[in-house]
Amino acid sequence: MKKSLKERLAILSDAAKYDASCASSGTVKRSSADTGGLGSTEGSGICHAYAPDGRCISLLKILMTNFCIYDCAYCINRSSSNVERARFTVEEVVWLTMEFYRRNYIEGLFLSSGIIRSSDYTMEEMVRIARALRVDHNFSGYIHLKSIPEASPLLVEQAGLYADRLSINIELPTDAGLARYAPEKRPGNIRRSMGELRLKIDAANDPTLQTKRRQRFVPAGQSTQMIVGADQANDRVVLATSARLYGSYGLRRVYYSAFSPIPDASRKLPLIKPPMMREHRLYQADWLYRFYGFEIDEITADQPDGMLDLKLDPKLAWALANRQFFPLDVNSATREALWRVPGLGTKSVKAILSARRLRRLRLEDLARLHISVKKVRSFLVAEGWTPHRLIDRSDLRTMFDPKPEQLDLF
Amino acid sequence: MPVVTLEGRGDFTEWREAARRLLISGVPPEAVDWRENADAGSDLFDRGADGRQVPAPTVSATSTLTVPKSFLDTAAAAICHADPARFAILYRVLNRLQRDRNLLSLTTDEDVAMLNGLVKSVRRDSHKMTAFVRFKEVGHRAGSERRRFVAWFEPDHYVVARVAPFFQRRFFDMDWMIATPRGVAAWDGAVMEVSSAPGQKSPMSDDTEDLWRTYFSSIFNPARLKVRAMQSEMPKKYWKNLPEASLIPAMIAGAEASVAAMAERAATDPPAFHARVRPAPDGQGSVVPSSRMTLEDVRAEAAGCTRCPLHCNATRTVFGEGPPDAPVMIVGEQPGDQEDLAGRPFVGPAGKLFDTVAQQVGLDRKSLYVTNAVKHFKYEMRGKRRLHQRPDAGEVEHCRWWLDLELALVKPRLVVAMGATALFALTGARPKIADVRGQILYPESGPGVFVTVHPSFLLRIPDAGRREEETARFAQDLARVAELAAHPSIGQAR
Repeated sequence: MKKSLKERLAILSDAAKYDASCASSGTVKRSSADTGGLGSTEGSGICHAYAPDGRCISLLKILMTNFCIYDCAYCINRSSSNVERARFTVEEVVWLTMEFYRRNYIEGLFLSSGIIRSSDYTMEEMVRIARALRVDHNFSGYIHLKSIPEASPLLVEQAGLYADRLSINIELPTDAGLARYAPEKRPGNIRRSMGELRLKIDAANDPTLQTKRRQRFVPAGQSTQMIVGADQANDRVVLATSARLYGSYGLRRVYYSAFSPIPDASRKLPLIKPPMMREHRLYQADWLYRFYGFEIDEITADQPDGMLDLKLDPKLAWALANRQFFPLDVNSATREALWRVPGLGTKSVKAILSARRLRRLRLEDLARLHISVKKVRSFLVAEGWTPHRLIDRSDLRTMFDPKPEQLDLF
Repeated sequence: MPVVTLEGRGDFTEWREAARRLLISGVPPEAVDWRENADAGSDLFDRGADGRQVPAPTVSATSTLTVPKSFLDTAAAAICHADPARFAILYRVLNRLQRDRNLLSLTTDEDVAMLNGLVKSVRRDSHKMTAFVRFKEVGHRAGSERRRFVAWFEPDHYVVARVAPFFQRRFFDMDWMIATPRGVAAWDGAVMEVSSAPGQKSPMSDDTEDLWRTYFSSIFNPARLKVRAMQSEMPKKYWKNLPEASLIPAMIAGAEASVAAMAERAATDPPAFHARVRPAPDGQGSVVPSSRMTLEDVRAEAAGCTRCPLHCNATRTVFGEGPPDAPVMIVGEQPGDQEDLAGRPFVGPAGKLFDTVAQQVGLDRKSLYVTNAVKHFKYEMRGKRRLHQRPDAGEVEHCRWWLDLELALVKPRLVVAMGATALFALTGARPKIADVRGQILYPESGPGVFVTVHPSFLLRIPDAGRREEETARFAQDLARVAELAAHPSIGQAR
């Protein structure tokens, strides 16, 4: 008997939850006031709900089908899994997206799929859904499509006309890991499609000579996801892979997904508690690399086993290992130097720079910017404040170590 | 002391008018008693505690009052805050701005910090409204095709008027009304009505909510419980108007058990279709004997090359391209960033320069076989850029396997070595390019090798004049190649 829409929604959203991305940001501004239809994008994304796993629910994140001819060990939908299978029609996905959107449950659709028949067939069906939303239903909300590995470049190009974002998962940090756990996936081909997509995005961003207008093509760029904790790769390897992906393919985001137990798991992989703290530290390191001017090597250099310190955030760990860099004078240090102070974010640094043009700053001034004085005072000189011996204290680290009882949070 | 009573429901104009009068009359901030009264009418406005009217300004209201634009934006946001203190804070800042135009840049100032705090809460509240309003469908309006939706929402501040345009941009093709205790907004396709009067909550249901609840509970991963992270972004105060929130306690309570169930369940045997759907082997690994290999076979084999570690970080093998019987083969160093992405040699900046110069001297790129000494891009990351790194001797040695096959299959009459790496790969020698440039060298086997510089060398010359000189020399070299290419016995003479 055919499963009801509700039953299939349960199966196909359950199957989609291991994709971490739910971002709906970074695209162009669109408004249904201009199209007369439904939907808008505002530049920044909106999280419409949060599940008790702390993750934001911004998009209707579903699989078109969870049948799959691939047998990737870490995946709930691999062909050897006994998970219940289901499939949506094109019209059903469109209906769900539109109706959820009208009720302001979501920002749009994040559509992925198991691979059925062939990569091209699967990709073609996904492009049909995106086209139906954009063209037949005049939908201006956010669309994120997961590219199917090995799909023809022509289909990817069509997908790019309708989607805000395309992504293809690198899955594991090393080619060897992928060969072991995802035997059908070819890391070379995944990189190749990322490279091709980057060239197309760059070409579309070049204003044409005639109109100076930019062609609309995947305006929110491409992203990818890496599973951490399934193979043996350490954080240094993971982050170096990310840096290469950012640099080579201009990715907007690399998502890290702590390997999490799945129902009907493969014998090849252990059922472990997902390494959530490790995932969190990787995201922090990723942030330092993208927004704080850190090189990946700097972040991991002082970690003997190539793993980030789970107890301390990576910036604090770097600061404690590089005390010669401190203390910095809050009234004269450069923006880039202040970014390196544990406890200062890009926004607070901006506020500091704005204020110090008019006044010499004291620690109390920093407190008014909601900066944790307790955290920053060891690293900063301010008007009326010098951290005397603080920076040289051998027990400086213990001042920052988390209290033991906090550990059970993670 | 003048008492100013405002309605205080997010209307910026009423405060601005009052503040302007007070300021022009020279009333200092500490002398004003700002009060909030939802029922305030204009008759309550501007009365002293003893009922005396605040004196009307003696100067015209347009006279000298100017404020920075950033203050207007900030104040318009802050006025939406529910804190009764906002009027006084704003008036204090307005006063100080008259003496100190840069005050708002002084982020550490107590008043400015307080003001920024108000703005931040209002922005957050507005954002949460765009996120947590939930529409329910109600029947069509008589005589209309348009679908109709209503929502009840409880913001902390008077943000309805600020947020209403968002909903208009988003839900243009449907009628909607959002009612809140702090105002109502409605859109019917032609007019948007916004009022600050409290709205009415009416009980409603919507069938699609059931599907949404199914989605909400299925997308949750019980193995990653992080209740605090959820609550910091979706505080409990919003839960009562979210159809999905009533599921949360049971989801949290059941999480541990469902993870334990996953762990206990032994791995099962694959379903029957698993064996059927295994993809057919894609023919990789079939080996063509090297004696019968064509250039295409070699290209296909090189695509999977793992002879040296460079393949791990590069996107793909960039094999040579051009006519398989080209009389002239151009050999560069290695693919760069663009070549690595496109999978074709000489398409980046250096390749474009080469094409331009070659065209100038009558050398048709399409008639040449163009390749590199090393087929994978070697680079190091510097920030977010890939910086070219020169391949070392070992890498050149490994990759010579492919270059030799290309030479053997294309059988060019003349090879052009551009730069030291190409020259080393072709001759095994490392003379200074300057010493042998423009000469034809004859290695132990194979055709003659004409030596010139690599075009990326030209791109790296900072001085424009020198760059022009060197580019002209390079053009001379290529002109010589064109000349040699036209000559039937090139490269053969010894």
